[in-house]
Parts: sequence; C-alpha cells; structure tokens
Amino acid sequence: MSGYADPGFDTLALHAGAAPDPSTGARAVPIHLSTSFVFESSDQAAALFNLERAGHVYSRISNPTTAVLEQRVAALEGGIGAIATASGQAALHLAVATLMGAGSHIVASTALYGGSQNLLHYTLRRFGIETTFVKPGDIDAWRAAVRPNTKLFFGETVGNPGLDVLDIPAVSQIAHEAGVPLLVDSTLTSPWLIKPFDHGADLVYHSATKFLSGHGTVIGGVLVDGGSFDWEKSGKFTELTQAYEGFHNMVFSEESTVGAFLLRARREGLRDFGACLSPHSAWLILQGIETLPLRMARHMENTAKVVEFLAAHPLVSRVGHPLLESHPSHALAQKLLPRGAGSVFSFDIAGNRAQGKAFIEALKVFSHLANVGDAKSLVIHPASTTHFRMSDEALAQAGIGPGTIRLSIGLEDPADLIDDLKKALKAAEKAA
Amino acid sequence: MKLGHIYAYTGGKDFNPDQPTVVFIHGVLNDHSVWILQSRYLAHHGWNVLAIDLPGHCKSGGEPPTSVEEASAAILALLDAAGVQKAALVGHSFGSLIALETAARAPERVSHLVLVGTAFPMRVSPALLESSVSAPNQAIDMVNTFSHSTLAPPPSALGPGTWLYGGSRALMRRVLASNRKVNVFFTGFKACDSYAGGEAAMERVQCPTLFVLGSQDQMTPPKAAQGLVAKARLAQVVKLPAGHSLMTEAPDGVLQALKDFLKV
Repeated sequence: MSGYADPGFDTLALHAGAAPDPSTGARAVPIHLSTSFVFESSDQAAALFNLERAGHVYSRISNPTTAVLEQRVAALEGGIGAIATASGQAALHLAVATLMGAGSHIVASTALYGGSQNLLHYTLRRFGIETTFVKPGDIDAWRAAVRPNTKLFFGETVGNPGLDVLDIPAVSQIAHEAGVPLLVDSTLTSPWLIKPFDHGADLVYHSATKFLSGHGTVIGGVLVDGGSFDWEKSGKFTELTQAYEGFHNMVFSEESTVGAFLLRARREGLRDFGACLSPHSAWLILQGIETLPLRMARHMENTAKVVEFLAAHPLVSRVGHPLLESHPSHALAQKLLPRGAGSVFSFDIAGNRAQGKAFIEALKVFSHLANVGDAKSLVIHPASTTHFRMSDEALAQAGIGPGTIRLSIGLEDPADLIDDLKKALKAAEKAA
Repeated sequence: MKLGHIYAYTGGKDFNPDQPTVVFIHGVLNDHSVWILQSRYLAHHGWNVLAIDLPGHCKSGGEPPTSVEEASAAILALLDAAGVQKAALVGHSFGSLIALETAARAPERVSHLVLVGTAFPMRVSPALLESSVSAPNQAIDMVNTFSHSTLAPPPSALGPGTWLYGGSRALMRRVLASNRKVNVFFTGFKACDSYAGGEAAMERVQCPTLFVLGSQDQMTPPKAAQGLVAKARLAQVVKLPAGHSLMTEAPDGVLQALKDFLKV
C-alpha cells in the first residue's frame, strides 16, 4: 500500500504492520519460524545490541511475524507500539514487572478475571507488591486507596463476568492526580467496542486468546502503550527515568520521550522473564484480527437477541448485561461503549444448584468450557471454575453468585442459540 | 530571545573534545528523540552528539524561537556553550531551515550540512496555521497523516512493534503540552512559513551539503527542495522510499546516508 491516508479501523485490521513480502511477493503475513536473524556485519550486530539500530536479533526479544501483530494491535488501539506476550496473564505481569518491584502498591478493581485477581492478591504479594481492591464504580474508593508507594491503577473495561463498566475517564483522572498510570484489560471489549486510550487510559492489554484471535485456537497476549503518560513528570518511576545498569546505563525516558515503558518492557521484561509469543501463535491471532470488525458486529447482534430472550424468561431472575436499564452500568455503557458492552455476560437461574447443573448439561450448541470470545458460543459456572479460588466475599464483590451462569455469545444463528437456551431452561425447570 | 537552558541528548556517551561534533535539530512539535537511532549510532562511532530540544520545547528552557533566524542564533549559542568551534549540522524540516541558516551565518563553524525532509519556501497553509491554534489535536492528526507513507514501517525508534503514526502523534501532543505559555505548534509553523532567506542562505554555505529526501514525502516533496539543491555548491542528494518522517520510516537509510556523508 503506497501512501498513508488515515485509514479506518477495518482497513487497519487487515493492513497495519504488513505489506506484501518483498522477497517472495507473498500477500499473507509470512510465519518467520526462526529463532535468530543473521547479522549483516559485526558493526550491525553491535549496533543492534546497543539500540543504535532497530531490527531483529533473537525471537524472544522480537520476531518479524510477531512485530506485525504488535503494530496491528497498536494501530487498532491508537497506541505507540505493543509487545506480544505468551498469554494475557504474561502481558499483565510484564506491565507490573516493568513498573515496580518489592515495596510497591497497586490499586485494582474488584471486578477482575479470576486469574488476574489471583496474581495480584496472592502471587505478587509474595514478591512484595501489595494490592488494594476497590469496587470499580466507587470513585472515592480509588482515591482513598492511594498510598505513597502506589505505582499503578488497574481495571477491566468491563468486569468479568458482571460487566461493571470501568469509568475510565474518572478513574484515569484520579490515577493521574496520584502520578500513576491506569492499566486497562480490554480483553472482553476489544478495540472495536472501546479504545481505552481515547478515554484516559495509559496502558492497555489483551488476552489475545479471546476476541482478537476469535476462534479458540491460540493462547497469547498483547500489551500496548498509549505513549501519553509522562514518567519524568510523575517522579515515581526511577525504573524508566534513571540510568539502568542492566542495559548499558540507558535512561529510557531520555532515549524516547513517549516510549520509555516499551523500551524497558522489551529490553528487560522479554529478555529476562522471557514470556514471548510464538510467531506461529502471532500468525493465528493476525488471522483472527483480519475479521475482528465483522465478528464483533455479529457478536453484538446475537448478544442483544439472547439478552432480550433471557430477560423475558420466567426462570431467569437476573441478566447482567448493560444493555438492560436494570444493570448498574447501563448509563455508563451508553456513554463509553455505544456499540455494546461485549458478548460475555452472566445471568442467574431462579433455582438451586442442581437446576443450574441441569441447565448446563442440557445445552447442545453452547460448549461447556473455560474460555470466552470464541466464534462458538460458550457457557461456564464461574463459582466452581474460573473464580473458584475466590472467597464467597470476593465472589460477591465481583458480582458472582453460586447460581450464576456465564455465557459467551458466538456467531451461530441467533435462533439456534435461543432455542438451545430455551430447551436447557426447560430441563432446569424439570430438575426442580 | 531568552535562550535559557538547552537540553542536548548525547547518545549515551560523554562529550570528548578530541572528537568531531554533530548537532541534530528537530522539526515542528518534535524533540531530540526523533533522531534516537541515528544519533545513538554516531555517538558510539567516534562523534560527539548534541541532539537538542529547541528552546521552549520539552526538556529545554527559554523561549521558543519565533523565526528561523532566532533559532539559528540559539544553535550558535549552543556551540559556544559547548566549546565547539566547528560541527556538522543535521536538521529535519523546520530544523533543516535552522541548520541551513546557521551554516550561512557562520560558515566557518559548520563542517557538514545535512538537510532532511527539506523545502524552500516551506509554506504552511493559512488553514493549518489557524487550526494549529484553534484545534491543535486535529491539526496534529492531519500533519501526522501527511508525514507518513506506509502502514508497514520497518523496526524503528522503539524497536520492532513500533506503530509510527501513534508514536508521532503522542510525541507531538507531548511537545505541545510541554510549553503552557507558547503554542510551539503555531510558532514553529509560522517560522517555517515566514522564512524568506533560504536560497540566499544556501549560496553562502561553504561546506558540503547532503539532501536526504523522501520520495513519498507529502509535506516537503523532493521537488520542493530543488531550488536549494540548485544553489548548493557541493550538493549530494539521497532519496529514500519514505514519507516526511524519514528518520523513523527509513532509519537505516538515513543512517547510511549520514555515514557515507560524514565518512563514519
């Protein structure tokens, strides 16, 4: 493609980061399954290692196929660059590990994916990083939780699975007043539904396993920097603003006025922790992103129909989707997520545990498994699976009850999805 | 003009008086970091590097220059302050005019002149000048669109995975926000637009001049530099397959051109 002409989202989803391969003419992105890349000369080798030149050295640090994915997601999010990681959890860890060490503190939403809650509440605590959890909608609680050693605010665009919409403008403002960035997990919305940078977030990551790849075939993550946070002005991030002995005494904020975070995350985080993404996985995710706009539109259409059906069903006591005026985030979702608040949501069956079990086991089109964001519709019981390590109190804070069912609405014919749910609800009724 | 403190990135190396010096001068709403790859390389290959933030921009104090001539005075003051008698000057866009004017004013102090993404005259439309004040973020997006030529840039300033359009936009916003008193977007564009002495300056330049031009540059297309090329005594021209943001869209090409010209 010659000439940059401010292309739209759908065009970027197909073209950002990739051009026909100059050596073969291949139109699709080639999969570069090579650990290493030959140096042109000793001088070029030394220059690559010292960041005097840009290029690929070793696929743990960067890879041509993976770099296309990184550019593409950065383009879709409106960021300055990205780092692909082995999983969404690796992306979260990379963000945290780049910004802080023992003695630091995070303020995070209570409405998180169970794995993220586990990392913050248990694992990072073991490494001396503490987290205070606050209800995402309690804006005063975010402010009150700030400590002198706070380094990060963290939440999900829509909380899993209650779909509490994070008030990114309000929370980012408090974060910035405290001199810290806001990191947002945008997995459940994808950039098609919301671009968190446009609302004040500073860092965004995805479990690319979900909507970005879209077909339930690959594990991967992407961490994107919006380039908006001023690390020097904050004064809290000596990791980025003072000479780092671990990398040529480089002062990352001097090297790049807006990209210090990405420089350190790649040069330290990928180098030392090593949670890089396989180029083959990157290629699969790229294939998914090519149809992200089409899939997201269909996900939203199907979700609206399923939500409408469930909300009217007598055996359903609650449907937790912001499409409904009864949802506490309805108004905020209208403002921040005009295309929809995602296709992963929960509902409660007006019955006991046995009826919940009967419901799940009667489903034929929905697959009972631990994933979301697939082209195929999925179902799970969070209290006994994804969130099983959480206490009842933590579950309640995350909006999950013992009878809560989580759905991930796929791309099937909506009439078939509704028919499947109708029959399963009938089975649940009989199990009473 | 109050010069104040001028920041210069040195490429991760200490200043060595026994080495030659190269000064990098950025364009409108940019700073030293647009040169990071080229300047860091030269700093590690026998050159003192002074990649500046223009006065009133980012890490530099003082008032932003309102004309190319004022900015040129700042460069000469920088050389005096650093104790550098003679230096190579490398400028991009607005910075190329500053480098040109400096080389014309003090030919005995400039060993090489490199004009990257240059044009004369460097006109800025009245509509863009107006929107740089009334709607700067939209104007930044417009300039950014015209400054880039590809959706698939090579590994660049932040390494692989860099999205240049986003990086450039974030930098321009940061530079604009770095001066709360003066709109450096407008003052920079105005200085470019009103600079009248380009060809006369080119005639006074004594040192060899390298033109590095982007074949897909929509801001300063190669033909817009031909007047300067014709006036230069010792001109070399390198055209690269890139837009106006040559240093980031064609980092290796710009570096190679510098290496050949400076004999690194």
